[in-house]
Amino acid sequence: MRRRNITAYGFLAPYLLIFAAFWVWPIIYSFWLSFLFTRRQPWTFNPNTTWGRLVEDPAFWNALKNTLVILVVQVPIMIALATVLAVLLNSTLLRARGLMRFAFFAPVVVGEVAYAAVFRLIFSEDLGFVNKALAAIGLPEVAWFSSPTAAMALIIMAVTWRWAGYNAIIILSGLQSIPDDVYEAATLDRVSPVRQFFFITLPLLKPVILFCVVLSVIGTMQLFAEPFLITNEGGPGSATETLGLFLYLQGFRVLNFGYASAVAYTIAALAVLISLLNMWAGRERA
Amino acid sequence: MTTLPAAAPLRSRSRARSRLWRAILLHAVMVPLALLWLLPLWLMFVFATMPDQGIFSPGINLLPQDRFMENVRALEAETGFLRTFVNSVLVALVYTALSVLLTSMAGWALVRYRFWGKGLVLAIILGTLTLPYFVVVIPQYILVARDLGLTNTWFALIVPPLFNSLGVLFMRQSFSMMPQELFDAARVEGVKEWQIFTRVALPMAKPTLAALSIILFLASWNNYLWPLLVATQSHMMTAPVALGSLIGLTRVSWGAIMAGAVLLTAPMLLVFVFLQRWFMSGITAGAVK
Repeated sequence: MRRRNITAYGFLAPYLLIFAAFWVWPIIYSFWLSFLFTRRQPWTFNPNTTWGRLVEDPAFWNALKNTLVILVVQVPIMIALATVLAVLLNSTLLRARGLMRFAFFAPVVVGEVAYAAVFRLIFSEDLGFVNKALAAIGLPEVAWFSSPTAAMALIIMAVTWRWAGYNAIIILSGLQSIPDDVYEAATLDRVSPVRQFFFITLPLLKPVILFCVVLSVIGTMQLFAEPFLITNEGGPGSATETLGLFLYLQGFRVLNFGYASAVAYTIAALAVLISLLNMWAGRERA
Repeated sequence: MTTLPAAAPLRSRSRARSRLWRAILLHAVMVPLALLWLLPLWLMFVFATMPDQGIFSPGINLLPQDRFMENVRALEAETGFLRTFVNSVLVALVYTALSVLLTSMAGWALVRYRFWGKGLVLAIILGTLTLPYFVVVIPQYILVARDLGLTNTWFALIVPPLFNSLGVLFMRQSFSMMPQELFDAARVEGVKEWQIFTRVALPMAKPTLAALSIILFLASWNNYLWPLLVATQSHMMTAPVALGSLIGLTRVSWGAIMAGAVLLTAPMLLVFVFLQRWFMSGITAGAVK
């Protein structure tokens, strides 16, 4: 048994070493940091400047509000879209399926910077592609970067474009594990395709969809590159500043590590809380 | 079952007609949506071939022009993009190789041995799967940049992001589906544990290794936040960091930025098209219970 222990930990050692150095230690250290005043050397214990400041910092509440708005609006839209996409892409009636899959799945491989640049360019207010296209079909141009609502809509559209296909891939794999004879029986009983979707497909997909929701919640809580690059550091003003961006600015612009650590722990706690809430809600309806 | 023979052709004709309508409806939804989804990528390629007067001309232009190389040259002059591109390739290659090795060793240990603390190790791996990276990024930065003074080093770019739980779970699943008697037989014949791993198990795990490598390479290739923090000098930047630093600068033409976006994206699109099967199984690996 002792030999087994040694061999096993021999295989695990490099992995656990990295884990200890770059995850365990940071997590503990971050917790300690979140109680320190770090704006001046030497760092001193003063939670009033971190946790105390957090509860009354309007910039933090604004970032939290923006993040929750994205969470409540974007995640349901994207998951619904991904579910419908997966079902339609799985249909035997669909032609040019390879091309269709490419259209929706290709954004998955596009990096944050590349797609942020594209969205920032095509949504330009003056002579940008989207505004030109809107004008061409007789619709008013939109102030994508100077109207807070439009800027938020832009972030939501960008994230949905980037991640809907990713979720559709996961849901599609869930779909393909549903046995065909379930649908054959339903079709024989003349259950319409729409009713089949709501009464067979959706209930059977619930665990996979829940998994996608949890992933999306964690992703949204850390949303950073999109408001950083597309709306120019959370603009207009701080209308699209998310928790992720707020943490970045506090941590690496102002170099206020203590306060940023408190923000980081808040992000983690919220992500875990909302994920658990989702799982709990998902289980209740089973 | 009890349908009369005479009624059958009529029924099947109406069913064929309803199938046709459903197919039309399906494509009426899917074709425009697919085109809309392709549009940003298409525009990225088109705008990479245009001067800025073309991009911001009053008309709508959907066809590529011939200025791609000029735009690439402008980009190179602005950031030394080629160097950062090579950096990205090197970082992603070494990262992928090391990460695949570490995670498959760990996955192997979790399948093949019963050892003290196994449950804890597994719980930690599953637990960190849902832990936001943002919790560790600040102290990770303090450790690497301040305490160790390793900004602008290959170590800082490659090693701290190595830990990932997905790879371990993926490899663990792959190893556990192999016939364990094979490994037992090798052990009885006196083959060393390390060689059972490298000569017997790893070759059998090739499909999983391929899928995992693609996902890890992609993650490293597109990684933005961490290299943004630790690569501050232009000669150590990765391509996304270099490109990101240009966004919003008025002196840089959008055509040049789009050319950079194309250079970053096109290789991954090729990977996606030609290695789609591995790619898909890598994505869905996380959803496997």
